[in-house]
Amino acid sequence: MTINTLAKGGCHREQMACFRKMEKVIVAMQDPDMGMKMRNQRLLITVIPHAMTGHDIITWLTHKYRISEEEALHLGNMLVKYGYIYPLKEPRCLVLRPDESPYRFQTPYFWTSTRWPASELDYAIYLAKKNIRKQGELMEYEKERYSLLHKRINHTWDFVVMQAREQLRSSKQRRKADRIVLECQEQAYWLINRPPCIVHIQHSSSCLCLQIEACRKALGRNRVKSSICLEGFLKYSEQYLNHDPIMQGCLPSNPWISDDTAHWTMNAEIVPVPTRLRVERWSFSFTELLNDAMGRKEFMTYLEKEFSAENLYFWQACEDIRHGENSKIVEKVEDVYKNFLAPGAARWVNIDSKTMDKTLEGIKRPHRFVMDDAQMHIYFLMKKDSYPRYLKSDLYKNMLAKAIVPQETKKSVFPFMRRQRHSSPSPAQTATQAQQLVWCYGLSPACCEYP
Amino acid sequence: MACQGLQKGETLESLKRESETLKKKLEEERNKLNDVELHQVAEKVEVLSALSIKTRRVLKGHGNKVLCMDWCKDKRRMVSSSQDGKVIVWDAFTLNKEHGVPLPCTWVLACAYAPLRSLCLIMNGYLGLDNKCSVIPLSLDKNENLAAKKKSVAMHTNYVSGCSFTNSDMQLLTSSGDGTCALWDVESGQLLQSFHGHTADVLSLDLAPSETGNTFVSGGCDMKANVWDMRSGQNIQSFESHESDINCVKYYPSGDAFASASDDATCRFYDLRADREVAVYQKDSIIFGASTCDFSLSGRLLFAGYNDYTINVWDVLKGTRATILFGHENRVSRVRVSPDGTALGSASWDSTLRVSWSFSTGSNYIFRFIKLLFWVNSRLVLEFTVAF
Repeated sequence: MTINTLAKGGCHREQMACFRKMEKVIVAMQDPDMGMKMRNQRLLITVIPHAMTGHDIITWLTHKYRISEEEALHLGNMLVKYGYIYPLKEPRCLVLRPDESPYRFQTPYFWTSTRWPASELDYAIYLAKKNIRKQGELMEYEKERYSLLHKRINHTWDFVVMQAREQLRSSKQRRKADRIVLECQEQAYWLINRPPCIVHIQHSSSCLCLQIEACRKALGRNRVKSSICLEGFLKYSEQYLNHDPIMQGCLPSNPWISDDTAHWTMNAEIVPVPTRLRVERWSFSFTELLNDAMGRKEFMTYLEKEFSAENLYFWQACEDIRHGENSKIVEKVEDVYKNFLAPGAARWVNIDSKTMDKTLEGIKRPHRFVMDDAQMHIYFLMKKDSYPRYLKSDLYKNMLAKAIVPQETKKSVFPFMRRQRHSSPSPAQTATQAQQLVWCYGLSPACCEYP
Repeated sequence: MACQGLQKGETLESLKRESETLKKKLEEERNKLNDVELHQVAEKVEVLSALSIKTRRVLKGHGNKVLCMDWCKDKRRMVSSSQDGKVIVWDAFTLNKEHGVPLPCTWVLACAYAPLRSLCLIMNGYLGLDNKCSVIPLSLDKNENLAAKKKSVAMHTNYVSGCSFTNSDMQLLTSSGDGTCALWDVESGQLLQSFHGHTADVLSLDLAPSETGNTFVSGGCDMKANVWDMRSGQNIQSFESHESDINCVKYYPSGDAFASASDDATCRFYDLRADREVAVYQKDSIIFGASTCDFSLSGRLLFAGYNDYTINVWDVLKGTRATILFGHENRVSRVRVSPDGTALGSASWDSTLRVSWSFSTGSNYIFRFIKLLFWVNSRLVLEFTVAF
């Protein structure tokens, strides 16, 4: 929902689609066959016809929508709150009670949707009157709106026609002069409140052009078969199931439940020994490895051994350019060129000649994305080559073996003894520590997070 | 194709017709590769064991509707913004309020934590005064006047509805009621890229967690969800299947799909590779619009907050509702899963924030059983003591 009530072009936006839905529920409840059983309710000494008890309402909702009683009570409360059902006892207390308290349905004339915004029902009655009075008197846009309204408030259409006929009959009893004046006033009122603008005003020519162009482009798109894509979601959810604390809990315990922050301490940014789950996660995808500071450090160590560490340093430097301050771009691009791309550079990276030429050309006018092609090339190089070898290497396997599997905390026998909850250092403080990390490990600032 | 006004021989009608035919054709193309539905594929997945998610922390302190919240990367702190004009940083674990920043404009529609230096971002919106986005550096000194260090970054011609830092603190993405999204440089406040294509207010955006980190999705009042390329400003993909305003969009953790929550009381799941909607999460008894949504860490669960004060938890793969959370006493404006997936934070117009988590693991049942035994025992002892 937006706080703008007028759409572009001045038409009133349709607010609250939920009111129509509630009305559908109410109409279903009043259905002669499948709806609620009404009975006469006794209120003190008066007998009220067509009433029902709160208990009946809840049973009907539970049965019809196959929901729990708690949810049916909640839904029923909403219906009462918005005035579709009103209580006979204590009329000022708009709450649904699941007992023998009597309730009645509100007449459609007073439904919330008809009272706000400028009543659709009144407009429908006006158009119906015009239609009945003389066939074909409605204008084009009025015909369109009439059919739209007919679709939208179909469930009260009998009421609309009846009201229109009533109003026409009573107007016939007026003097002709008065009648003409009233008709003119009414027409003027509706011309202002429902101006004859085009209903879909946003379809101006330029918007349509853009839409057409977008459609054409989309038609030429490569798509993947559903069966393959959807399998992907299953695999992903399965792979990450053990890592999802809401599904499977976490070890040693969920800090929120046990008031014990061991889980967070064990999984801090940099720890002497990481947990097993964490190390396993590095094998899920290359991004997982790079996003984890420890994983990245380990990978760097591995690359040093393989004499290809310059790839990772280059990638990090490119990330820094892409996400860093605008003002420092030129300077950073210079540095990258000097350290990685210039012939005879200290950490020369091996890029294919076509990409290299393109990049060198782009450096003459450096911008944020000038290194993108080269960065992509190196990224995929690492992903296809170094990453799989790292996963098979002794370095990784030792890490996995060393990794700790935390013991599940023994729940204290006396559950009423609460652990003291301690505050952790403010993130702003640890930001300075993060700066130190940048210096120590040559890590890009973007990957430094909080312990 | 130049679109400056109508070309010769074209009328508004003919353009409309062409647009409609193309849209139909696009639907046909998309359906060609639709060989199976998500819930069919998900039949072989185990049914979720009964989820027991309870709200156990209530953060009180705001004086009016809480409009937005976000988690800090340290997994326990959160920032919240409210209509009372205050932005509060909480340690949700200890229930301490750490910072309170009062602001001149009361419609603080959104706030977000920055990845690195805990820069807290606030949105000032609407009421004709302020369509800006500001950034505040949080420091150690609690007594420091943080509001004075506020720095204005983004500026739109209508209210700013959503914001997100990109991978660093240096760039900011905003969505606005003026129908556009924009990318800003925080340091200079300069506009780097703007994204045009929505025909009504843009209400929400989310960044893709993909390898290349170059795309984001936005949803708006024109019922469309658009995927954009941050570099070129182009609209890459567009999805139009909702029946009312899209209030919130959120990427699936793998980046191959996203979910949207809308006023039509449904949440929908869109696959980016198949280029179509693959699931609709709806129920007849859910009448009120959904204003917010977020995935659990594994993407198996979708938490959605509704205007009827509830949070429905959906099984993403099977398309069924796993459970429903009650507790809030007014509209739920925002739900967010904590960064390590241990808890769910929710903000509401009832001026509170709540933190909920799952008690679902097996050993917990034994624990609760023992707890119940002790409770029963202690009650019996009490009864006897009183009686005698």
